[in-house]
Amino acid sequence: MGGLDLFGNDGAVVASERAWTVAEVTRRARQLIDAGFTRLWVRGELTGFKAYRGGHWYFTLRDAQAQVRCVMWRRDNLRLRERPREGNEVFAEVQPTLWEERGEFRLTVRELIPTTAGGRWQLELERSKIALAKDGLLDPARKRPIPIYPRRIAVVTSLDGAALRDIVTIVERRWPIAEVLVLAARVQGDDAERQLCHALRTINRIPNLDLAIVGRGGGSREDLWVFNSERVARAVAAANVPTISAVGHETDISLTDLVADVRAATPSAAAEAAVPDRAATARSVDGIARRLAKALASRTVVADERLSRTGDRLTAATQGHLERQSARLERIAGKLDALSPLRVLERGYAVARDAEGRVLKQVVQFSDEMLFRLRVSDGEVRGRAVLK
Amino acid sequence: MNASKPSFREELERLEAIVRELEETDIDLDRALELFEEGVGHLKTARNLLQQSELTVKRVLEEADGTLRANDLTV
Repeated sequence: MGGLDLFGNDGAVVASERAWTVAEVTRRARQLIDAGFTRLWVRGELTGFKAYRGGHWYFTLRDAQAQVRCVMWRRDNLRLRERPREGNEVFAEVQPTLWEERGEFRLTVRELIPTTAGGRWQLELERSKIALAKDGLLDPARKRPIPIYPRRIAVVTSLDGAALRDIVTIVERRWPIAEVLVLAARVQGDDAERQLCHALRTINRIPNLDLAIVGRGGGSREDLWVFNSERVARAVAAANVPTISAVGHETDISLTDLVADVRAATPSAAAEAAVPDRAATARSVDGIARRLAKALASRTVVADERLSRTGDRLTAATQGHLERQSARLERIAGKLDALSPLRVLERGYAVARDAEGRVLKQVVQFSDEMLFRLRVSDGEVRGRAVLK
Repeated sequence: MNASKPSFREELERLEAIVRELEETDIDLDRALELFEEGVGHLKTARNLLQQSELTVKRVLEEADGTLRANDLTV
């Protein structure tokens, strides 16, 4: 878009001899102004601020040479955290237009940022944040959980930074089961943005990847700045595995932190968040082993009873089956010994049977003075019930 | 670039499912033994994985034709 084109396309109207109505003039002026400007940023001092009941804001922007009336509609000013104050110097993103009813040139303000918030970079950052928010990329509902037991972890960072060493050290201590795949990228300077974006796109082509860590160690605000790049942030958001962003120290929050699934204060903290602790996991595996043993032990009571009947009760065919079963039990028992918690089986389960060999499971099956047989781990004893 | 190691998560998930089935359902002995044997296998794999102490670190590189390659990396 070039500058104003007052006599370009429609010179006939301008050259017309009949008198124009006021409305025609102002409409024509508005059309020309609307067509002649794209959105732009204006820097100026805010004055004469007034908020109307409908929620719209009216004020003036001025500098040493000029001033211009502005309006900021409610739908736009709702996003702002606070009202600007009289005399504030601001950056305003505006669309110049003309208010036909008053023939008044004015700026429709879409975005308003106090210059005290920072310079040009900060302004860019705020714009990027808004753009990402508009695309829903800052939505907390987007956050994905980090897998508990990752197998493959991508790390996007510089090869010679402290961040990589920190991450590798911690993953090695806590969860060496994992495999760390490093995608090298510069994390500051000229080519950093492009290299980071490329590395982040590449992780989407790595098979069986569980998560990705992106970041770098501490540095000056300028050093960390590439992690405030909207392009880098969008590349993080586009990762098809959960992401952890770790940039600088505790106090630094970057744009990638906002779009990543998890924000870690430092690269070390990112590694801690990425993997479980091996020792704690081993303890929970022991717990499961105990449950497994216990669950089988309660079944084995029944098994034992069946095995002891092979001699007298069952046909040869069934016997074969049971012998196979018996061999299998022995095999398993061998495994049980190898798993210390499984010694529970030796703790003394027994099966009681009556004279006919029926298993006695409940008190009602016994009568006073009744004789029964008790099968224990290494043989059988006879018993007499005492109920009275 | 394909992972060959068994997945600890899958081992553990299967193991937990087995324990739950053994604990909660009234299954016959055959099935119980089968489940138990399978469980012991997963337990072993899981514990073997936990024994591992050397972390694999690789650098991902892109070939001229765009394919990805992973080279050992010493940090």
